[in-house]
Amino acid sequence: MKICVLVKEVPDAAVQKRIDPATGRMDRSGEKNLNPYDTHAIEAAMQLKESGALPIEEIVAVSMGPESAVRALHKAVSLGADRSVHLTDAALAGSDVAATGYALAQTLKRENPDLVLLGQQSDDGECYTIGAVVADHLGMPSLTQVIKMDVEGGNSLRAERQAEYGYDTVQVSLPAVISVGDAINEPRYPSLKAIMGAKKKQLDTVSAADVAIDASKVGGDHSAAQWTGSKEPPKKAPGRIIEDEDTAQTVEQIVAWLDERKLI
Amino acid sequence: MFFDLDDETELLRRTVREFAEGEIAPVAEELDYEKRFPYEIVAQMGELGWMGIPFPEEHGGAGGNALQYAIAVEELTRVDSSVAITLCAHTSLGVQPIYLYGTDDQREHLMPDLCAGRKLGAFGLTEPEAGSDAGNVRTRATLEGGEWVINGAKQFITNSGTDISGHVAITARTGEKEISNIIIENGTAGYEQGAPYRKMGWNASDTRPLTFTDCRVPEENLLGPRGAGFKQFLHILDIGRIGVAAMGVGLAQGALDQALAYAKERQAFGQSISKFQSIQAKLADMATEIEAARLLTYKAAWEKDLGRNFTLTAAQAKLKTGRLAVRCAEEAVQIHGGYGFIEEYPVARFYRDAKILTIGEGTDEIQQMVIARALGA
Repeated sequence: MKICVLVKEVPDAAVQKRIDPATGRMDRSGEKNLNPYDTHAIEAAMQLKESGALPIEEIVAVSMGPESAVRALHKAVSLGADRSVHLTDAALAGSDVAATGYALAQTLKRENPDLVLLGQQSDDGECYTIGAVVADHLGMPSLTQVIKMDVEGGNSLRAERQAEYGYDTVQVSLPAVISVGDAINEPRYPSLKAIMGAKKKQLDTVSAADVAIDASKVGGDHSAAQWTGSKEPPKKAPGRIIEDEDTAQTVEQIVAWLDERKLI
Repeated sequence: MFFDLDDETELLRRTVREFAEGEIAPVAEELDYEKRFPYEIVAQMGELGWMGIPFPEEHGGAGGNALQYAIAVEELTRVDSSVAITLCAHTSLGVQPIYLYGTDDQREHLMPDLCAGRKLGAFGLTEPEAGSDAGNVRTRATLEGGEWVINGAKQFITNSGTDISGHVAITARTGEKEISNIIIENGTAGYEQGAPYRKMGWNASDTRPLTFTDCRVPEENLLGPRGAGFKQFLHILDIGRIGVAAMGVGLAQGALDQALAYAKERQAFGQSISKFQSIQAKLADMATEIEAARLLTYKAAWEKDLGRNFTLTAAQAKLKTGRLAVRCAEEAVQIHGGYGFIEEYPVARFYRDAKILTIGEGTDEIQQMVIARALGA
């Protein structure tokens, strides 16, 4: 069996994120890192493989991005992926979520995976949706926010999903696309030996044409969603501080304040 | 000139940083307060290959280089000096002599456990009357019936008395004008580790005095040729300076990080104190000096990795970074005001941990001597 893990290079968490007003795209010029949420997906793949519950022969990291995204793939293989695929093409720049999902699905078709894993969100775009788009294109079931996976029989998983109201348990047959929540595991640190060996692992670089991507469906110009502007959240009005000189009076003031707003 | 790190080294830096922030920072204050040796952290670092970074894989090392080692030490010290000196002394002083001068048997016997962090190595050079004047060794080793019989005392020896300390390589007088290095494994009769010192800093690291009383080890525990001890330890100290210089860079950077974060958060006179020119001048000077010191340290490591002579650069790096660490820690405390004087923020610990960097692995005065000598003065 083969697991493909979708990974992304994002601005480092320590870098203040900003939209470049000229392009409407995120400024990605600063220090970059592998999307931290994706490390949970790689770890989940590794744990499935190491548990022996499924006969997993290969874990493949797949990324779409500019040349620098190779570093994110190196980190992905140092964390345990066996090899990596880098989809890179100038025509893809500026793709929205739907276009990116389509392009990634085209790349995945070539790999024919039994399971596609990805992090719950990217640390930059934070759309939470790419897994569902990919699943739709591949005609596979999609699960999100999965925080526990158990193998059931030879070809299905029982997954626990984190929801606002509690936890869902879902049975899903493979192949499937699953985005994992960050509560699923504690990703390991790559050993120095694994880091040094990362470049020796196979890296396939593919263009849009190599994976039969229809150029009229990708890139900033062909994306259906267009960025038109951004603004900072409105500043909150300053709160009111009540000095506690006389507690009985303070309580009265608080109650009056709440009462005025019909909060009690 | 090319200043970018290669991908592997950059990823190592990032990994060590994430590890230091994720695994060490949350417990650093507690370890320091309780003077508790970080066994779990050492075990994790061993699994990650960091207890043997610059040694070849065939000996159990990670197959890295001096620059990678320096960067790992820098990133650890940015968060905690006790963990950093444990790794640093182990690598530079514990494993390096075995790697450089050990026989095949000695390497095979000791290095795999050392590089995996299952055991710690120590180097016993300093004595009550032989510090900077390290040639003034009083510890004696005499050959009797195929065994070295060792009598004497060492002091300030890092990593010598933990539960996982495996050996110490000591300098001993094996003749009137002859110094040799001899390996003594922990548990050998006649070799005793005294109680840990009450130190100003590096509280979670292990530092002890050692005594040797009719301690007998096999003749083949000699490290390298008989009488080569003096030359060997000078070279070991040269290499060690790169690691300690990296500690200076890391401590200074950690102090700056703390000071900057605090200055942005702390309000006075209606604004963040980071907006005041006097605070900005401190932060700007620190950042500038740290970058200069970092480049000097990396250059020393780079020279070593190219097989060039690095004695001068390593001494310069050590001199520069030790002083800088002390100054940056002091400025960081100053910026924290009263909060810097209590153990509520890490800078008080940094202040206590910094001072040894102008003393250990050759005092500033010894570095000046080495540098002046290289200048031909």
